[in-house]
Amino acid sequence: MVPTQYYLILSAILFGLGVVAFVFRRNIITIFMSIELMLNAVNLSFVAFSQSMPADHLHKLDGQLFVLFVIVVAAAEAAVGLGIIILTARNRQSLNVERVDLLKL
Amino acid sequence: MSAPLIIFFVLAALAVIGAISLILQKHPIHSALSLIVVMVALAGLYLLMGAEFVAAVQIIVYGGAIMVLFVFVIMLLNAGEEERTDFSKLAKFGGLPLALALTGLLAATMTKHGASIPNPETAGALAPTRDLSNLLFTTFVYPFELTSFLILIAIMGALVLAQRERG
Repeated sequence: MVPTQYYLILSAILFGLGVVAFVFRRNIITIFMSIELMLNAVNLSFVAFSQSMPADHLHKLDGQLFVLFVIVVAAAEAAVGLGIIILTARNRQSLNVERVDLLKL
Repeated sequence: MSAPLIIFFVLAALAVIGAISLILQKHPIHSALSLIVVMVALAGLYLLMGAEFVAAVQIIVYGGAIMVLFVFVIMLLNAGEEERTDFSKLAKFGGLPLALALTGLLAATMTKHGASIPNPETAGALAPTRDLSNLLFTTFVYPFELTSFLILIAIMGALVLAQRERG
């Protein structure tokens, strides 16, 4: 059986890669995708913690339920966020986050 | 090396390669396709852990609905290759070391405190979907109903944001 720690380390690596993508990419859509990647990494550790509990534990399935809620919130966030992206692209004629600098001195 | 361990390493390698490809690809549509690879690999890992319902939802909602939304927006906005602009000094010199430090810190904390976490004793013990739905409709029924409001508000928000202004 796969040790739970392996899943947790994989989750940390995926989260770190999501952070790297978030910091280094310039395209607003790719930045949004890296947020989804980070959410997925956290989901992985939720399920890993859930399955590491003994089979008769009262709260064994709670972790999996949290994952379902995270997925619902991520779906809502994707719908609203992509609406904002469409609006930004229409107003600024660009998808580059460096071009969205009205608040910059 | 047992079979689950081999499957784990194959799927984990697939997920990490997909995530690295998401960073390195220049075109947003290629990044989106890499992200689909990551999500399918994660669904496989959920199946390996016995979370069959989560795996199905992962494929349907993430791999299906959300990624279709992303690809649709990329094509709607006709997003081309990313234009290169200068990084800020902090991102240029501090970004990669800081991200590596964050990953190392997370992994170190997980290994340190994860050593006390028991490993599942039975291989492929499935979490019954019936138990999951029982919990969802008894203990977690209020959050469950709240999510439907959240989705309703998100639909209206997306419609209001994306509609073309008249006049």
